[in-house]
Amino acid sequence: MNPILEVKNVVKQYGDYTALNSVSLSVPKGSIYGLLGPNGAGKTSLIRIINQITMPDSGEIILDGEKLNPSHVSHIGYMPEERGLYKTMKVGEQALYLAQLKGLSKKEAKAQLDYWFEKLEIQGWWNKKIQELSKGMAQKIQFVVTVLHKPKLLILDEPFSGFDPVNANLIKDEILELRDKGTTVIFSTHRMESVEDMCDHIALIHQSNKLIEGPLHEVKKQYRSNTFEVGIAPYNFQGLLADISTRYTTKKADFKTLDDELKLEVALPDGSKPRELMQYLMQHGDITHFVEKIPSVNDIFIQTVSQKK
Amino acid sequence: MSLSLIIKREFNAKVRNKSFIVMTFLSPLLFVFMGGLVYYLSSLNNEETVNIAVYDESGFLKDGLKSDKRTVYKDLSALPFDKAKEQATKDYLGLVYVPKLTDTTQLQSKVQYISNESPNMEFVSKLERVINDKVTKANLKRLHFDYDKIEKAKADATVKLSKFSGEETNKAAGYLRIAIGGGAGYLIMMFIIIYGNMVMRSVIEEKTNRIIEIIISSVKPFRLMMGKIIGTSLAGLLQFIIWAVLGTILITVLSSVFGMQMGGGVGAAQAQAAQMNQSDTALVFGEILKLPLFTMAISFIVFFIGGFYLYSSLYAAIGAAVDSETDSQQFLLPIIMPLMLGVYVGFFTVISDPHGTVATVFSMIPLTSPIVMLMRIPFGVPLWQLLLSIGILFGTFFFVVWFAAKIYRIGILMYGKKPTYKEIFKWLKY
Repeated sequence: MNPILEVKNVVKQYGDYTALNSVSLSVPKGSIYGLLGPNGAGKTSLIRIINQITMPDSGEIILDGEKLNPSHVSHIGYMPEERGLYKTMKVGEQALYLAQLKGLSKKEAKAQLDYWFEKLEIQGWWNKKIQELSKGMAQKIQFVVTVLHKPKLLILDEPFSGFDPVNANLIKDEILELRDKGTTVIFSTHRMESVEDMCDHIALIHQSNKLIEGPLHEVKKQYRSNTFEVGIAPYNFQGLLADISTRYTTKKADFKTLDDELKLEVALPDGSKPRELMQYLMQHGDITHFVEKIPSVNDIFIQTVSQKK
Repeated sequence: MSLSLIIKREFNAKVRNKSFIVMTFLSPLLFVFMGGLVYYLSSLNNEETVNIAVYDESGFLKDGLKSDKRTVYKDLSALPFDKAKEQATKDYLGLVYVPKLTDTTQLQSKVQYISNESPNMEFVSKLERVINDKVTKANLKRLHFDYDKIEKAKADATVKLSKFSGEETNKAAGYLRIAIGGGAGYLIMMFIIIYGNMVMRSVIEEKTNRIIEIIISSVKPFRLMMGKIIGTSLAGLLQFIIWAVLGTILITVLSSVFGMQMGGGVGAAQAQAAQMNQSDTALVFGEILKLPLFTMAISFIVFFIGGFYLYSSLYAAIGAAVDSETDSQQFLLPIIMPLMLGVYVGFFTVISDPHGTVATVFSMIPLTSPIVMLMRIPFGVPLWQLLLSIGILFGTFFFVVWFAAKIYRIGILMYGKKPTYKEIFKWLKY
């Protein structure tokens, strides 16, 4: 899989402050790529550089095999975190204008706009001014405007903020559909559940440096801790509880079961196999639950960021 | 391609704005209405007659005070003074009192005017003129001079003005030049202030709407800035053209209506005045034709473009640097100052000495040259000065646009804090 976007050793400084410290990324074609990081990590700086809003001090960016140049603006769709449209301009006119700025002809823009308006069932909004729309409605327009010129690369900063659950789902489905049609999506967000849900690749930027990058399942493998969630109906409740804590590091677990079992999170020492734990447990009761604890993106995020402090 | 799109959008956004439409069509009406109102009020004032009582114990002055349309004198000298005074307070605006005198020349310091309200200056000076006349005549008589002969002997000089190139000219032409040059300079100043502000507001609007980031992910900030300036200036030009056309129509209509009324009413004197006016008009037209019209028109356009674009790129930079219009005040002052300076220097020095050092220097300095040079041009400016001034203006223009574009590029993405001059200076180095 060729990368659609390669960021190579990009450095950006504002005066004495380093916003990006030699950051390299590789975004595979057709992926949904989660760009994570705490506030002020440098995500927006990177996104602005990819959009050619600012120039990097050094390093280079390759889009689809070519060095980034002004003609590429028509291949990128960008929805900034701070949404904005002309408040007094009519929806249709505004969308046409923005699409034409991206290089579409008026006719193409109109055709695309009709397609999207129909798809999102907002045909009646053409002659409304943005200031007459609710925030969620304006967000929909914002999304349409971002994808109108059929960009190869879509950069969405917090795309779901401001949407109610129904519309958030609608937009999510649109994003997935665009992905299936070949669009690559870079997705910057603090909502870990939507990363978990949608992203197949992630990168984590913290304090101007990239700390993690890779396919989501690979990253998770790196962060697996050989910990298992165990549910058991023991023959001797107190006896097992006392015995197991001498053998393993345990913690009370919190998952839902039907009966009132003993629920534990058991961390195995390095090199020890889950089979051993299972055999041990089988001697003490009926196992109802035995699952490897997979690190969530949230855990990885918090762990990485707090380690680096 | 994208530049023309931006220009079109800016133009439409301005022109479709309600306040633009209202301003465009209402303000000429308002102007004409105000003009008419002032004219009407002052004519009301003219028709008002003022009654003045005269109490002349000496008898030297009263035959000199002749009633006319506006002032009616009534001689109360026959009554006892107290009674006259009482009557004057009641029925008259004031009382001219002359005590008993032995000689006409004493009028010079003995005449009193008594009233409750302080008198209008025009009346007082008229009264003084009458007294002066009387006293002068008396003095001349005492010295055995013949007043009439002296009047005849008085010279009334007019210096013929001409240029080395042989063209004749006169004082009226001088006034005409001041009017045209001053008008052009003033027009440019107004245009810069009104439309420069509009450019600034439009930049601030994009910033507060947060659409700026979307736009500049499609086009270069420099292009956006230029598109904004050009689009706004075109909207402004349209407004000016509409004003000019509407104004001309309204004035023509109104003056023909009023002119007929007046012609019917007053008769001979008015007709005479009209005749004079006609020959005056012919003279003015003659003078206008003698002016360097072609140079004036071309240089008006050139200085207009140079001046407006120079200033409005500064306005755009300020708009980018601040978050709201209220924050812009501290940065606007240094822009308004040279504009005002240009107009004042223009009105005070160009008029007294169009080719003096001060006027010449200020017509070279780029921030004032669009105003001052335009005021000088009707008086004839050497070509090399004109070209030099234009060269400096456009040189500065490119420099300032470069500088403003840098501030603009950084400023539009800065939110939340009011920048200082020091910070803006730092942006130039990014």
